[in-house]
Amino acid sequence: MVNIPMSSVSVGARDLAIKRFAASDALFRLVTRSAAYLVLTLLGAFLVTLVIGSSLALSTFGVGFFTTQSWNPNPDILKFGALAPIYGTLVTSAIAMALALPVGLGIAVFLTELCPLSLRRAIGSAIELLAGVPSIIYGMWGLFVLAPVLQNFENNYLVPVVADVPILSSIFAGPSYGQGVLTAGIILAIMVLPFIAAVSRDVFLTVPAVLKEAAFGLGATTREVVRKVVLPYSRVGVIGGAMLALGRALGETMAVTFVIGNDPKVRASLLAPGTTISSSIANEFAEAKEPMHSSALVALGLILFVITLIVLSAARLMLARMNQRAGA
Amino acid sequence: MYNQAARLFRAAALATAVCAMPTLSQAADITGAGSTFVFPIAAKWAEAYKAETGVGLNYQSIGSGGGIKQITARTVTFGASDVPLSAKELADDGNLVQWPVVMGGIVPVVNLEGMASNSLTIDGATLAKIFLGEIKTWNAPELKALNPSADLPAAPILVVHRADGSGTTYNFTNYLSKVSPDWKSKVGSATSVEWPTGLGAKGNEGVANNVAQTKGAIGYVETAYAKQNKLTTMKMINKDGKTVEASGQTVQAAAANADWAKAESFNLIITDQAGANSWPISASTFILMPKEVKDANAAAEALKFFAWIYKNGDKAAEALDYVPMPTNVKELAAKSWSEIKGPDGKAVAGM
Repeated sequence: MVNIPMSSVSVGARDLAIKRFAASDALFRLVTRSAAYLVLTLLGAFLVTLVIGSSLALSTFGVGFFTTQSWNPNPDILKFGALAPIYGTLVTSAIAMALALPVGLGIAVFLTELCPLSLRRAIGSAIELLAGVPSIIYGMWGLFVLAPVLQNFENNYLVPVVADVPILSSIFAGPSYGQGVLTAGIILAIMVLPFIAAVSRDVFLTVPAVLKEAAFGLGATTREVVRKVVLPYSRVGVIGGAMLALGRALGETMAVTFVIGNDPKVRASLLAPGTTISSSIANEFAEAKEPMHSSALVALGLILFVITLIVLSAARLMLARMNQRAGA
Repeated sequence: MYNQAARLFRAAALATAVCAMPTLSQAADITGAGSTFVFPIAAKWAEAYKAETGVGLNYQSIGSGGGIKQITARTVTFGASDVPLSAKELADDGNLVQWPVVMGGIVPVVNLEGMASNSLTIDGATLAKIFLGEIKTWNAPELKALNPSADLPAAPILVVHRADGSGTTYNFTNYLSKVSPDWKSKVGSATSVEWPTGLGAKGNEGVANNVAQTKGAIGYVETAYAKQNKLTTMKMINKDGKTVEASGQTVQAAAANADWAKAESFNLIITDQAGANSWPISASTFILMPKEVKDANAAAEALKFFAWIYKNGDKAAEALDYVPMPTNVKELAAKSWSEIKGPDGKAVAGM
């Protein structure tokens, strides 16, 4: 043992060291806390800016802004209602999720449970590449390749076939431009597919092998193992991936602007042109000269902000409920 | 598909041509924004001007609405608009000077299989009904009456219009308002209106692409876009009841009656002009510059460019079916440049 003399000097050095540690700790806390608060501040600043910017439109049109669909930037009229962009945003995202969720989960199940190892890497990389394709490419492909194909299919097959079916005939009422709400939904589905597939695959891989083997040991089929073991175990991750995808679908701008037809109207037909919040803003903000017009566009931004918040909170709530039920 | 890709690349090439070779010269580029109507000829002029003087043009083809907004905010040296501003608007938007730089025609274009350019004729009232969504198919009686010998299909008419604020839209809707009381009361004329039907596309480029792309479509574009994209144009019946094709001559004929000297600050629209040979939807592009500029050098460079256009730009304009301004208008416009003054209160022209 080394004998350390308890001199006043060394006590002072120890105090100094402790003080120094305390100081650096405090500094560290301050730096990290500021970083975290910065996010809150930014979020608050966005909200304040949006509210101030949209106050002119919201105070002029009131509740009518959310319930009417007349979007008229003519300087002599200047009447704005956000119903069409809200409707377009929600419907295109719903179509995207309805198409992408089953396919994405299918891909993930196949890759983790059924796929030969050699193929697994190839398909996995392909999905990751798909996630890396810039959205403008999807837009161009959608406009130049998908839209003409869809127009031909919808006008010559879909519309005539459902013409006499009561509800379907108005959902798929022609004529089709090739561009419209359905086309935008399909493009969005392709865009969010890699998110759902990649995230689901990663969380499926975290399911402990012993659980699955136990189920197989009890005589369960692959389908049963996926339904009763893999999906319940990994549901938080899957829902997280789906919400990420939904977030992207709600806010996607460029690709949607290319293929949705940019017409601010609510129409029953999915084949008709429509608009979304983000594509309306992208199309019109640069030349919104009238204060009322730009204010209406900022109000659209505020609505999108709120919709995204609601979606995220709903996801959180859903997860909490599910965890509670699973725990009980 | 290759055609479409080629068209897209051509548009991209056009866009890059405007700002090509920025390193060759020391002089800063002239910055401008606005009208997509004037963009094809602006790109040609800029290319020639660059080769001659080394000064380039950085022009954002974002639509007339955007051009007015940008010049009001002073983010560019000049704005370009196909909508003339009234004297009051010029003052309200930050004390601007405006003058016309070139004229052109707006032409209805269609996508019908096997239909040659100018084999179909349409009049203003029928065009308005199509854009109101009242005539829905190509073999409607109104169209048949105008084109008794044409083989019109039973296909639906798909309307393509602008999604952004546009001077082309302003002149098009201005014309429809003049010829159709229904259009005037239901839609009216503005840079962007509430369209009763159809899909929206961004810029003249977007409308041209969408019409080329969509079977059964009808749209309206500046004639240079119809030419460059090889779109099927329509003939029109003008105010005198004569059938005319869109061309430099017919736009010139429409402009011949315009009395620019009388129009205060060049506030003049040339749609639906009388005259046997007049193209009914003719339009002019106007340049907007502030009366008090912060950067006198940039403004002087821009004015040099516009003087060069007036002197040397007519041939290139005619090649693309645009119509140069008459000499007396050029002189009037050049006179108005003396109103543009630098921070020191001296006129920047001729600096």
